[in-house]
Amino acid sequence: MAAINITNVSKIYSGGVEAVKSVSIDIADGEFIVLVGPSGCGKSTLLRMVAGLEAISKGTVEIGDRVINDVEPAERDIAMVFQNYALYPHMTVYNNLAYGLKNRGTPKAEIEARVAEAARMLEIEQYLTRKPRALSGGQRQRVAMGRAIVRKPAAFLFDEPLSNLDAKLRVSMRGEIKQLQKRLGTTSLYVTHDQLEAMTLADRLVVLNGGQIEQIGRPLDVYHTPASIFVASFIGSPAMNLLRGTREGNLLHFGSQVLDLGRAAAFPGQITVGIRAEDLRIATSGEQALTLKVEYIEELGAQRLVHGMIDGKKLTASLSPEIEIDETMALTIAPERLHFFDADTGKRLDQPFAGAESGRMSAPANVIKLETAL
Amino acid sequence: MSATLAAPAAVGFSRIFGPRKSVNKPPEETDAKRVQFNSRLLPYLFLAPQMAIIFVFFYWPSVQAIHSSFYLEDPFGFGSTFVGLANYTDVLKSGEYLGIARFTAVFTALVTFFSLAIGLLLAVKADGVIRGNATYKTLLIWVYAIAPPVAGLMGMMMFDQHIGPLVRFAAFFGWDLKVGLDYTDTAFAMIVVSVWKQIPYNFIFFLSGLQGIPVSVREAALMDCRSGFRRFWTVILPLLAPTAFFLLIINTTYALFDTFGVIDVMVKDKAANNPITLVYKVYMDGFRGNDLGGSSAQSVILMIIVFVLTIFQFRFIERRVHYN
Repeated sequence: MAAINITNVSKIYSGGVEAVKSVSIDIADGEFIVLVGPSGCGKSTLLRMVAGLEAISKGTVEIGDRVINDVEPAERDIAMVFQNYALYPHMTVYNNLAYGLKNRGTPKAEIEARVAEAARMLEIEQYLTRKPRALSGGQRQRVAMGRAIVRKPAAFLFDEPLSNLDAKLRVSMRGEIKQLQKRLGTTSLYVTHDQLEAMTLADRLVVLNGGQIEQIGRPLDVYHTPASIFVASFIGSPAMNLLRGTREGNLLHFGSQVLDLGRAAAFPGQITVGIRAEDLRIATSGEQALTLKVEYIEELGAQRLVHGMIDGKKLTASLSPEIEIDETMALTIAPERLHFFDADTGKRLDQPFAGAESGRMSAPANVIKLETAL
Repeated sequence: MSATLAAPAAVGFSRIFGPRKSVNKPPEETDAKRVQFNSRLLPYLFLAPQMAIIFVFFYWPSVQAIHSSFYLEDPFGFGSTFVGLANYTDVLKSGEYLGIARFTAVFTALVTFFSLAIGLLLAVKADGVIRGNATYKTLLIWVYAIAPPVAGLMGMMMFDQHIGPLVRFAAFFGWDLKVGLDYTDTAFAMIVVSVWKQIPYNFIFFLSGLQGIPVSVREAALMDCRSGFRRFWTVILPLLAPTAFFLLIINTTYALFDTFGVIDVMVKDKAANNPITLVYKVYMDGFRGNDLGGSSAQSVILMIIVFVLTIFQFRFIERRVHYN
């Protein structure tokens, strides 16, 4: 167990393509870090550089105060779980688990004890004499995890380990990985393109885009205060609504529709406004509202996703199934729940209110009144 | 390029021999894949051309050989006398024949071993090359595009008494290399040329086999094992085993039979005491010595040897081969 410090790491391929651009992440001992981003964002490349499967072009990677840039993968004291399991097809499950230990000269009795312990933990005891091809996808994934566990490494590296499993198995394995990691307390670096997986697993998540870090933070912090339009649209399902708007004084214009912010804000006229689907609610009479032209509805059971248009722009609202749906609906949102982004750079603009908590307190009087009425 | 070239054959091979083991496959699955024919005759009709070829070029000559091995044939074709097993006992009692058999065993073992080993070494090294690997691989495979007789001839030129660079090279070390005159020297040249001709073939198959090993499995091994040598023996080679086993059989057959051309060019019209293999002896006795009966008996013996060897390889070596 050890901390991992990634400092100004870049990956430049021979053609001059920069896949990872000066990334720095400090991972505390025992922390579960998830690297998340769309395909081609450099998350796997970064992981593979930590693993030693790709050379580090610039910067340093330290595992437990030891710079490992030029250390052989087998000597970095790490274990990796691959997307397609990468089990040795010619070895039994037992030998798959024992292989890494044998090569390190671990005494036979200890190998047996460790394999037995890992097998018990992962409930693969009855498969130890089988070859990988006689196992199902989920069982193979367990064996792959077992191979990492028996090594008792300083860090686990996971490269999209659940992508090849079906949806149901993925959810249960996700839970198991999380529990296992908590129990073992091993520092983990996990790569995924699935934002839900990232949200549920991570102590902190790192959102990557185009080889650069967009945001690092705890899942809920990232969800509630996305640092950029990219993060806002990537994290959360349904994705955050992003509307182009114009601010004039206290008023926010979406084409012909207007929302009163209640107070002046210190940012330019042209902005992108982010609205989480669940922050929208039905406006009561007399309350300011945006008129949504309903196009179609997705029933999710617990809630209902209403897709529609606001002045020609797409908007999705997550509403309770008890609310009746009309052709047009008046929706409103508390101004402090809005997210503002610079229309040009895509960066988050600081809330115009004096912080989220106090902002909610000082929201316009009519909103408070209506909220208590609801 | 090489993968598409060679993979189908290797895959086909494992498909032919692989399913013998997959007993655990549920019967419904195999039934579902079975094609239904309207006529009972139709499948046999489809098989007929293949069967005809096998019959005409394999079974019929075999039966002929077995038949004539029990007869003493008149050299001019005027008649034949039944002699029972006399041809066989003559052959097996002959010290000359046993000597040739011994040489054939050594020759086959050495040619198979070195052509496999060098082919594998080159493939592993070519597979590890990152920069300019396409050029490198093409240069190595190129050799295979040269027609075998031409390649054989070129190999022979290397050992030519007057212009052969290898003869001069040996002379440099004080070795008076006399191919066609000295038994050991001829054997040496025969083995070198035979190995040389077979290397590109093995290289192509090993390279495609190596490229068939999943990258992630190699990477997993990279993290599990520091020593590259050990990784090769414990992960890469076992996964190459299907290819290696296929090549073992092909190379054994090559060394036993297909080296005929090399031997012929090397010992024809040369002094008598030169090493030859069993196949060449069959040809010598049958077509030079006109002893058709004895030659047939030798063919049958050779057939039995190959048969036993193949069974041995499948029973004892294939058992250790892991098919994916």
